[in-house]
Amino acid sequence: MQWDSLSAFWDMGGAAAFVWGSYGVTFALVALEFFLVRRRRLDTVRRLLRWRRAVGKEKKERAA
Amino acid sequence: MIAAERAPRASLFRFAAPQAFYPLAGRLAPWFAAAALLLTLAGMWLGFFVAPTDATQGEVYRVIFIHVPAAWMSMFIYLVMAFWSAVGLVMNTRLSFVMSQALAPTGAMFCFVALWTGALWGRPTWGAYWVWDARLTSQLLLLFLYLGFIALTRAIEDPRRADRAGAMIALVGAVNVPIIYFSVKWWNTLHQGASVSLTKAPSMASTMLAGMLVMAFAAWAYTLAVTLWRVRPMILERERHTEWVGAVLEAEGAKAGGGR
Amino acid sequence: MLNTFVAVLRRDLLLAWRGRADVLVTLAFFVIVVCLFPFGVGAEPNQLRAIAPGVLWVAVLLSCLLSMHRLFAQDHADGTLEQLLLSSEPAVVWVGAKVLAFWLSTGLPVVVVAPGLALLLDLEQGALPVLVVSLLLGTPILALLGAVGAALTLGVRGGGMLLALLVLPLFVPVLIFGAGAVEAELSGTGAVAHLLLLGGGCAGALALAPWACAASLRISME
Repeated sequence: MQWDSLSAFWDMGGAAAFVWGSYGVTFALVALEFFLVRRRRLDTVRRLLRWRRAVGKEKKERAA
Repeated sequence: MIAAERAPRASLFRFAAPQAFYPLAGRLAPWFAAAALLLTLAGMWLGFFVAPTDATQGEVYRVIFIHVPAAWMSMFIYLVMAFWSAVGLVMNTRLSFVMSQALAPTGAMFCFVALWTGALWGRPTWGAYWVWDARLTSQLLLLFLYLGFIALTRAIEDPRRADRAGAMIALVGAVNVPIIYFSVKWWNTLHQGASVSLTKAPSMASTMLAGMLVMAFAAWAYTLAVTLWRVRPMILERERHTEWVGAVLEAEGAKAGGGR
Repeated sequence: MLNTFVAVLRRDLLLAWRGRADVLVTLAFFVIVVCLFPFGVGAEPNQLRAIAPGVLWVAVLLSCLLSMHRLFAQDHADGTLEQLLLSSEPAVVWVGAKVLAFWLSTGLPVVVVAPGLALLLDLEQGALPVLVVSLLLGTPILALLGAVGAALTLGVRGGGMLLALLVLPLFVPVLIFGAGAVEAELSGTGAVAHLLLLGGGCAGALALAPWACAASLRISME
């Protein structure tokens, strides 16, 4: 174990801002990307469903 | 189609068809995501609790566990992108273009992460957030190449043209990457001499190396997961006129909103 | 094949001559960009002398970029490009002719004006030949690489900015070796290595870029 206490761990030998700044931004970006990919999927499915129903209705109307 | 189902012969090439790849991607992605999570936890544990304090740099060096994997990944993803672009242009497979476009945002993200963590690492260690070092500069140019690729494929509305134009610029970029790296290195040695050598890592403990490798595998699994997830809606979008996408959409719609 | 090359070259040069105002605008842009630097960094001769090679080369890059989108835009608008692509002549030939005409009508004037501007920045006169040779070797690379970008962004909305984003990173090696050649000459280490690398880059671009450009035009016109 490298650390005497929890506060020593957070302090990172005085370089807390640099180390945690790196990890924080990285994980924030990963989370953001994950979220964006998920939202894009939901958006696409919803939009294509709406498009499909509109096209289907049009076809039916034309047939009638 | 029926014949293809009956004879599962062309084993791997079967998945070059969007219809076969879509469910496969959906099944694989969660496993890669889980692997990425576990590997990240393992790598962070190695990095923060097993790897010793660096003798010269102190604790700051622990940024290395994301910095180096991110830098590796950003370069590797560009190569994979160029590879899929070449496959797409030569074999005319639509799925390859979709793959390269799905990889680009993650590559750009890792590129930015490598630059960001490099800056935060450089400040306490060498006293500057940014130096015009050969590696940093090429990394920055790589980010520009990613942004150019993304901007071009987004700006062209016709998907067929966007695919091919993007593939073309990815290949042109891939040809230029070694030239850019070489020229920047040449320029750097002429201007700065050997003031900061980032290559010096004489006494790297094996636990440090292990942590770095585990984190690199985590980045790799994460890239696969996110790319596969990103590919899926892109496939739906492009194949929206087909029967199977209709079936997939209806199933998704029933799952999400109870039919309406 | 040679006939096609000469015919397209003559036609494009003639068009460039008729629209010579465009060339003058490019030159004026080049001059103005260079003249902005003393206002920005101060008129201290030593400082100007130190940054002169870089400033001149960056200005060349920018003015080349500014005129780049003109390369195919006119032919795209009036349908010539489509006809050329449909013709039985190999696309590489007339693409090469068009790029050469473009370089002769915009690259060459810039190279001719550059030594005069170098004197404004008090660049040593001994380095002027190296500057001209580096520009003569470097600007064709810019034209060839830029042509690929111009072909890919043909008719795309916001194409000008997009073109800049696409090709400026690719221009970096040219900038490094071009400006580096002049600086090496000034510092006394000799510019031969830089110039050889620029020449190699020029040969490589000549060998690859016309094909890439022709393929890109096909992609854009399909």
